[in-house]
Formats: sequence, C-alpha cells, structure tokens
Amino acid sequence: MAENTFDLIVMGGGPGGYVAAIRAAQLGMKTALVEREHLGGICLNWGCIPTKALLRSSEIHHLLHRLDDFGFSAKDISYDASKVVARSRAVAKQLSNGVAYLLRKNKVSVFDGHGRLAGKGRLAVATDGNPVAELGAEHIVLATGARARSLPGLEPDGERVWTYKEAMVPKAIPKSLLVVGSGAIGIEFASFYHDMGTEVTVVEVLDRVLPVEDEEISAFARKSFEKQGIKIHTAATVKALEQSGETVTARIEADGELAEATVERVILAVGIVGNVEDIGLENTGVVVDRTHVVVDEWLCTGEPGIYAIGDLVGPPWLAHKASHEGVICVERIAGVNDVHPLDVRNIPACTYCRPQVASVGLTEKAAREAGYDLKIGHFPFIGNGKAIALGEPEGMVKTVFDSKTGELLGAHMVGAEVTELIQGYTIAKTLETTETELIRTIFPHPTLSETMHEAVLDAYGRAIHF
Amino acid sequence: MPIEILMPALSPTMTEGNLAKWLKKEGDEVHSGDVLAEIETDKATMEFEAIDDGRLGRILVPEGAQGVKVNQPIAVLLGEGEDPSALEKGPAAPSKPATNAPPTDEASPTIAVGAASATQLPSARDRGGNGRIFASPLARRMAQQAGLDLGAITGSGPQGRIVKADIEAALSAMRGAPTVAPPRPAIAPQVSPAAPARSPALSKERVLALAGNPPYSERPLSAMRRVIARRVTESKQTIPHFYLTVDCEIDELLKFRAELNAKSEAYRISVNDFVIHATALALRQVPAANASWSDEAILLWDTVDIAVAVALEDGLITPIVKNADRKGLATIANETKDLAARARAGKLKLEEFQGGTFSISNLGMFGIRDFAAVINPPHGGILAVGAGEQRPIVKSGALAIATVMSCTLACDHRVVDGAVGAQFLAAFRKLVEDPLTMLL
Repeated sequence: MAENTFDLIVMGGGPGGYVAAIRAAQLGMKTALVEREHLGGICLNWGCIPTKALLRSSEIHHLLHRLDDFGFSAKDISYDASKVVARSRAVAKQLSNGVAYLLRKNKVSVFDGHGRLAGKGRLAVATDGNPVAELGAEHIVLATGARARSLPGLEPDGERVWTYKEAMVPKAIPKSLLVVGSGAIGIEFASFYHDMGTEVTVVEVLDRVLPVEDEEISAFARKSFEKQGIKIHTAATVKALEQSGETVTARIEADGELAEATVERVILAVGIVGNVEDIGLENTGVVVDRTHVVVDEWLCTGEPGIYAIGDLVGPPWLAHKASHEGVICVERIAGVNDVHPLDVRNIPACTYCRPQVASVGLTEKAAREAGYDLKIGHFPFIGNGKAIALGEPEGMVKTVFDSKTGELLGAHMVGAEVTELIQGYTIAKTLETTETELIRTIFPHPTLSETMHEAVLDAYGRAIHF
Repeated sequence: MPIEILMPALSPTMTEGNLAKWLKKEGDEVHSGDVLAEIETDKATMEFEAIDDGRLGRILVPEGAQGVKVNQPIAVLLGEGEDPSALEKGPAAPSKPATNAPPTDEASPTIAVGAASATQLPSARDRGGNGRIFASPLARRMAQQAGLDLGAITGSGPQGRIVKADIEAALSAMRGAPTVAPPRPAIAPQVSPAAPARSPALSKERVLALAGNPPYSERPLSAMRRVIARRVTESKQTIPHFYLTVDCEIDELLKFRAELNAKSEAYRISVNDFVIHATALALRQVPAANASWSDEAILLWDTVDIAVAVALEDGLITPIVKNADRKGLATIANETKDLAARARAGKLKLEEFQGGTFSISNLGMFGIRDFAAVINPPHGGILAVGAGEQRPIVKSGALAIATVMSCTLACDHRVVDGAVGAQFLAAFRKLVEDPLTMLL
C-alpha cells in the first residue's frame, strides 16, 4: 500500500528515535516511527526525566532538614511517597505527550506496536501477535534502546529486588536499601533514597564509585557520600541475595572476606544490555556483538539500508548521544553536506546525585595513557562566593590541558548544579578552544561558573581565588 | 611624503611571512634601528628594524596576519613634520615593481584584474575582505607551533574553517607516517591536508548503487589520497586548461648524455634531468610562461623552480629543484636523485615540496607515448613528458628513423595564451634537440 511506504522508518521512539524521525521530516523525508510502549522511550518515561523529578523532591527534603542553616524552623516535616512518585509520573506523561505532539507537528506517521524487520526494506508492526501494519522504506533506523542487565544469582523479582523501574515507583520509601552498582543509575538512586531518609549501602565491583569518572572526582564524591552517611563497599561483589520475610540478605565478598547486609530492598544497577532480540535481525547482515548492534561511524550496520543508534549500539548510554547519532545518521542518508561523525570526546556525562557530577573529555589517566603531557587545574567550590552564599561549598572543578597545544582535553566537575555548568566546557571543546580563549572569557560574578574559569587559570599557575 | 614600509624578505628564499607582533603602535616615534615588528617565517621569528626615522602613521597589516607577501605594504611612516592627514592621500606605489609589472610579452593581451573575487578555491582565507583566515584557536596554535602556513591549508570545518583535524593531517603527512604518505601529489604542491569531500557526499552506498552492487574490497582513504582528490578536482574545475604538443628528436641528447655519464661516477644524468634544465632555460627565454594567475595581478616569478613529480606507493609528490636554470646537469641529477629518495622515505622538508613555479611530469619510464597532465595550482603550466622511442620520421622528403619524445604542455589559459605556450615549447624543443646550446 502506497500509504505505508516511506523514505525512512525509525524503530523506537526514545530520544534517539524521535529526534531522528523529526530531523528526517525536517529534511523532507516521508518518515514513520514505530513505538511499542511509550513515546519518549526509557529516557522520558522510566529514566532520565522521572529520576530528575524524584531527585528534585529529595533535594527539597534535604533542604528541609537544613532549614536552620538558613534561618528557618519548621515542625512535623513529612512527605507522602505516593505524591512524590505521582509528580514524577506526571512529569513523564507530560513530556511523552509533548513528543507525540512534536511528531504530529512534523508530520511523522506514528505506528503503535512492536516492529520487526521483515525482508529487504520491509518492517512488520504487530501488537500481541496481531498484525498492525506492513511498512516499507529504503532506510530503516533501529533505535530500540536497552534494558537493565541482570547477573546470575542477582535477578530482580519486582518486589524486593528492584531494577530502575521499580525503584522509580516505590509504594513506600524503604528504611534500608542496598544498591548494587555505583554507575550513574545506582548512585542517583542511592542519593535519592538517602535524602528521603533511607539507610543506604552501595556495593561496587570496581575499586571506586562512579568508575568512568576521573579518579579525583570519584574520590571526592565517595568522601561526600560517606560523610552523608551512605555506606560504600568497593572492590566488592554481591554473591547472593536471600529473601526471608520482609527483608533481603546480601552476601558480599570484599578483600577475600565475607560480609552480610540485611535490607528491605535491593536495587540492581549493574549495567544495561541492548534490545537486540525479537526485532528481526536474523537473516540480515546486521552484526550483533553480544548485546549491542555493531555500526560504523555513520551508524550503518552490516546490512545496507539498516542503521542503528543510541543505547542499542553501545556506550556511552546517554540520551544526548543517541539524539546526535540519530541526526548524523539521518543527515548522511539525506546527503546533507558537511556531516561529521560523532566526536566521543565532546559528549558530556552527568550524574544528578548530591553533590552532582559532570564531565566531558579525557580523564587525567586516559590523557596520560594517550601520551599527552598535561597541565592540570583544580579549583574548590569553597573558593567561590556564590557557592558559599548558596550554602553549597562542597565541590571541585578539574581541567586537563595538553601542555603543548593548550587543547582542553577534559573537564571534570563535582558540586551543586555542575550538570548545568558543564555545557560551557563542551561548547568550548566543540569550538576547539585553547586555554587562552577560556582565560579571556568573561564569566559573570557571582556565579558557580566562575569555578570553571579559575580551574582553567589554575592549570596555568594563575588562579586568583585560591 | 609618507614612507611605505614593506614586508621585508628576511631570507633570500622568503616569499611570505606572518606578522607575528607589532612592537610599535600608531603614533609612536620611530628611530632608525628600532624594532618595528616581529616577522615569522617557517624557519624562525625575526625582528624587523626601521631604517628611517619618523612616526608610525598607520598600520596596514594587523598583528597575527598570516601569509603576508614580501613587499606587501604593512605600514606607513610619517616623516618629520608630517601629520596624519598626509595619510589620506593614500599609500604611495610600492617601491618594488616586479609584482605589478604588466606582462612584457606583446603576444599576451592585458589580462583584466577583475574586482570580482567570486569563485575562489574553497579556502579559509577571506579574500574579499582583509585577508582573514578562519581557523579554530587550537588549529591556529598548532599551525604556528609547527611552522605551517595557514594560508595554504584548506579547512574542513564549518564554512571552510581550518580545524585541528586539518592541521593533524598536514603534520602526519609531512612526517611520512606509516599509513599516510606526504600529501604532495604532482598535481598539487600546496600544503593541503586531508579534507572530507565537501560537495555532494559520494557515499559508498551511492557508488555501489550506481555500479550495480558488484563484489568489491576497500582501500581506506589516506590523507594523501584525499588531498590529491581535492586538488586535482579543484584544478580541473577552476583552471581553464589547454594543451600543446611537440615531438622532440632526442638522438643528439642521448649521445650527449652517454658522453657526459661516461666521464665520471660522481653523477648519473637521466633524460629527465635534461628535460628539467631545458624547461628551466626555456622559461627564462619565455618568462611569461613562468607565471601564475591571481585575481589582482599576474605574478611573474623571478626564479625558475621546477616541481618534479615523483611516484609514491599511494600517490605522488613534487619535490622542487630550485633555480633549475642556473644549475648544471650533474647538480640537477644528484639533487633529483636525493629528493626522490627522500620523497619515497617521507623525509622531505616543507620548503622542499611546497611551491615551485612550474611542474614537470614524466611517464616515459612506463612507455607512455604522450599524455596531458593536470596543472598544480598556482602554476601557469605543467609539461608532460612521454617515452623516447624509435619512430619513423620524414627528413628532407625521405623516411628516416629517430628517437622521438612527445611532450605536452598544459597551460592555464588565464595567464598563458596559445602563442606564449607555443613559444615556450619551441624554445624547449630547440634546447632538447640541440643540447649543446644548453651551455649558452
């Protein structure tokens, strides 16, 4: 049927998929998008967005317990967990509706159902086994995202052993919690629940928390978390989880020693795996490497006419990375001039725990391993007027420069609002700044952003405020 | 009368430099011997001293300007008692006429130096305006550290901006990195690092579709290959080529060569060495062919520097024999041997393959009878030399046999017209067919 033939079909409506679809439509392609559950994907519905809504609530709860610092007092501080959760669900719903509106506005045809490749240039959409539509297109972009990984012996049960999904809609805030995995997801939940009053323990198999961040940032964050009362065990593995009655007992092995932790709930945050199953990849040239689809720099798979983006193709598992891959993929298909592959060193990563963490580019270690001679700058939040005025003096900015060319190789931040600040460094890196331009940039006073300026100055031995 | 201060030539071979820093401001007193500015070439940064006393009236070329040509006015000096209103009369004509002299050869009509600088080779230099080159701060610094002339680099960033990747490609090509040979094909002597195709992307898919999807294997694009692709495309698209061919009888030359080579082990002169020398001498006789087109004037080169194409594993490079008219055959032979060896080893220095005033490409060793080469911008021509082979000829009405070598001159019609090209080729042929006259 002519009405089911398109120039481009996107499979999956998350931040990778819907952005790709809108861009394709902007470029004049007749575009369709197939989504089996909810527009906006995990990010809008069960990831980035609702967690930020929850973390806003826990931030407020934290402030409510510091009222005296600011000259306030209050009695009977309480919260209604269901309302906290409901707010985050409402936010997710609002944004998901927003995506639906944007797709309509750009005249993208949306098909609800599960999409599967069905022959060259063909895609079948079905719901619960019932066919919904047969679509055809010269170009098909796979954007089916990813889901939580489970390890043997550590499977979620949806009741006491949670994945991110259950953790986002607790019926009640548990008194005690074990978080397995200290990546962004694990740490954000640890931070949220701690600030909501839960006793939190984090177990991490590697030797530090937030292992992809710069070592100094990991160390700073850990110290802060432990000062807050979060218990952290690194270089530790959870060997087994045993449920009895209302609690779960975890057997933890660290340094050859065994320990136990008995908690009300467990959150498993041990990584994610791409949704490569049941989308019709069999009998195509698409290459799957364990749990993700293999693509080249232009997001082409092994099958001509089939592309893949986002969490499906591997790390970093970030919504903005998926979105940019979607745009690059689609622009290349459309023959737009001047398209460049994604520069992974310019992708920022943000963790919205307390204190927040944000970074872009190479860690100090990675830069040294790459053979660079470095100039490193540090600046502590305690040296920043706004940080102190806000009552958020805990934080640090670290810059990593190539001492030969002055190229900004990496920037690493921990502290209040750094997730909003990091874009300054990513803009600078994209424009290929050297230290000179950053030093000459006028940052407004008084702002937290001045820490960014001072961290650059410090790399060149000329910090003023420390 | 205000005195124009011109960009100095800080070395005999310097053609342009960067104005790194002004040490005087407009209005400053200047005494003879004062350092006016720091001039940077790819060899060094040098201080430029004032010769006259006066006051610095106006700075014409800003600090940081790259690619400032020698003799280009860079400032105006006010003499004793002169006030700034003297500057309004406009700068005096540049003292050195060489760059502005009209072509002396009557056969070539005056070429209108058009104001329109519309179709430019895609370049980061703002030609319509003040000579700004668009480059990211990082690219600028890397180029400066490596002594690269930004003006000669084509940018692959937004709107032709030079970015880090362009500098890296130029540097790795110069270093002769294992996977990347020097990006100096015979067709393009400028430093042009790898740049992705900017006009309609010819993706693998498109090519496969057009070809009907036959089986294939891939060779990744090296930096040199990308540069060759870009330069020959630009050359063919922007330079109006036309071609002139002569057949040269080289029996005398071959005899002469054998005699010379028998005299010593210190050199081994090839036919191509004769061709280089003859070309250079012929360019001296027809200087209008040793020239380049620019939108402002035809530039007649004072020296004859011949770029000689050398085949490499994945492309070409053109090492330059400077002053090829003034060097003896043995010198030329030894130089070309050394340059070719170093070219293949990726060990040529920047000034050894950047520039030249004319090119030669010789495919005679492959048995090619004749061919038409592609001009290396900014040269006015390129001589394509074929194999010397025994051919039937007509001498005094009778069939005879001679060793004949066909040479085809490709000319840039904007600067070299048919008559000029023909005159050059006639002079070249005369020298080649009567090689003793090369001694005159």
